[in-house]
Amino acid sequence: MTSSETAPTERGRITPEAYSRMDADPRFVDLRRRFRNFVFPMTVAFLAWYLLYVVLSAFGRGFMDTKVVGHLNVAFFFGLLQFVSTFLIAWAYSKFANRRIDPVARELRRELQGTELEGSELGGAR
Amino acid sequence: MSDVTVLAASAETRRGLTIALFLVFIAITLYITWWASRQNRTAADFYAAGRSFSAFQNGLAIGGDYMSAASFLGIAGLIALYGYDGFLYSIGFLVAWLVALLLVAELMRNSGRYTMGDVLAFRMRQRPVRMAAGISTITVSIFYLIAQMVGAGALVALLLGIGKTGTFLGMSQTTAKNVTIVIVGALMILYVTVGGMRGTTWVQMIKAGLLMAGAILMSLFVLAKFNFNPSTLLGEAASQSGKGDAFLNPGLRYGAGDWKTKVDLISLGLALVLGTAGLPHILMRFYTVPTARDARRSVNWAIGLIGTFYLLTLALGFGAAALVGTSAIRAANPGGNTAAPQLAEELGGGAGTTGGAFFLAFIASVAFATILAVVAGLTLASSSSVAHDIYANVIRRGEVDEGSEVRVARIAAVIIGAIAIVLSIFAQNLNVAFLVALAFAVAASGNLPAILYSLFWRRFNTQGATWAIYGGLGVALFLVIFSPVVSGGATAMISDRDFAWFPLENPGIISIPAGFFFGWLGTVLSRERDDAKYDELEVRSLTGAGAH
Repeated sequence: MTSSETAPTERGRITPEAYSRMDADPRFVDLRRRFRNFVFPMTVAFLAWYLLYVVLSAFGRGFMDTKVVGHLNVAFFFGLLQFVSTFLIAWAYSKFANRRIDPVARELRRELQGTELEGSELGGAR
Repeated sequence: MSDVTVLAASAETRRGLTIALFLVFIAITLYITWWASRQNRTAADFYAAGRSFSAFQNGLAIGGDYMSAASFLGIAGLIALYGYDGFLYSIGFLVAWLVALLLVAELMRNSGRYTMGDVLAFRMRQRPVRMAAGISTITVSIFYLIAQMVGAGALVALLLGIGKTGTFLGMSQTTAKNVTIVIVGALMILYVTVGGMRGTTWVQMIKAGLLMAGAILMSLFVLAKFNFNPSTLLGEAASQSGKGDAFLNPGLRYGAGDWKTKVDLISLGLALVLGTAGLPHILMRFYTVPTARDARRSVNWAIGLIGTFYLLTLALGFGAAALVGTSAIRAANPGGNTAAPQLAEELGGGAGTTGGAFFLAFIASVAFATILAVVAGLTLASSSSVAHDIYANVIRRGEVDEGSEVRVARIAAVIIGAIAIVLSIFAQNLNVAFLVALAFAVAASGNLPAILYSLFWRRFNTQGATWAIYGGLGVALFLVIFSPVVSGGATAMISDRDFAWFPLENPGIISIPAGFFFGWLGTVLSRERDDAKYDELEVRSLTGAGAH
């Protein structure tokens, strides 16, 4: 057995034609659109939100230094909100992927690989 | 200076305890490594632990791989010395995980096999892309490795209480540092060559558990002293720091001066948030779980773990400032790297008490465990890339059996480990944070553009991939050489010469866009295009059909 990337897997091969057919399959096109419609805008959003925080830390000091409660200022809460948003986005994405991506991905994979290979101990993606 | 005298008085107890605890950790990890080696049979075992870890286990190991000495000692120290600005690192290091979660982890798990190069070369001509991927993996890993090992060396002198003139077992401070670097290097080579990914993962999991336990315990102690009121803690930290409210505002370290330092802050912020998803030793961890879904769940565990830890850095850093005091921390280590251990001693009852000595010894061993787990992950990633990308696919053109490929990986681990040991001994005066930030900037500039184009851009091709990697890597390194970090300033590596014309310390703001630009330019200037292979990559990465 060679170790190159094109080595046949023990689960049998999926032909290039089968991949290309699947790539054009409406169900796959829909899956890809759904995935990208979630992750691309979300990436833009969290990067913008993070950069806003970084830019304000650099250039918006007057605002960031404002005290909110006791010794806790805007910068402190803005920082904590970055944690909160990160946790929320990770949670939202998982919920989305579990519900809207995994079932379709599983169905299409089974179709390409054949059902009998599902869950084999060879560790194929489920 | 009286602090120093007291520290010296309890040094004997502390040394004994630290060394004893550390030996226990080494004994346990070596046993696990030996046990893991008996389970390893195939190349998939060596590189990816047979893809047999659960999402939780891998999440724990990702945390163990990611939270380095720079995170634990570095950030706590930065907060203790500069207040709020240290917190910026925590946030950048955490938010970065969203890039990995949303764009990279699952798709990478499905389309690759053992290394980052697998994904980059998926639809390209193998040899040029694998060569580029190998070179950038080794570059990033070596910078990161040196940072950790220099940190370990610097730490040991302080933790074992060896002053500039003191000795330990007859060793001077310099000798003790070098001996530590060699021991750390030897252990990491052993973990990797004997235990492979399985052994390394277990070491990282144990370390993550220890680190979380230590951080949670210390934070609870700190917060209890302030009635669990963060405002009281911050207020006390501010007044102890001698800087007043400025300690709680952004800007003590960055941007006190002109626009340059402010742009530098943004450049650093970019490198931090975009670097993580391009770190080869992190990417490789996604292959250790059976499915893409497990990769997603392991990143979620990691985000929970890492996020909690970075929140605790607030309590550790401000706690150290409030309870130990900024001046005592600076006296022990100008970089603040011993803030966390010093805080532990204070919380345990103070210098000279048994409780203080014990808690300090515990946190010091946690710090060593932290360093060991990270260097093992880095050595594994770079030696895997040497064997799998460069040896198997560039030199042998894919005609190689698994046994000899893994043998090459083991040999590479020894060589890379030896190189890292030697470089670290000569690099002891380099700034540790600089090396870590540079590793992040190089990963964000060279690797991330190539990975994202590979996964999402149909037109992307061989020339685009090599230009993205070499372009991003080259610009990042070039700018750093001509930055104030290398020459000119008082803290520069070469302080007596000044050839720094690039004003920023971190190159990210220029080199990251440059990586994306070169990747685009290389692509459009080449006519190569393989639609069928991209169809395959798309289907495989999203559905997992045909994944290893």
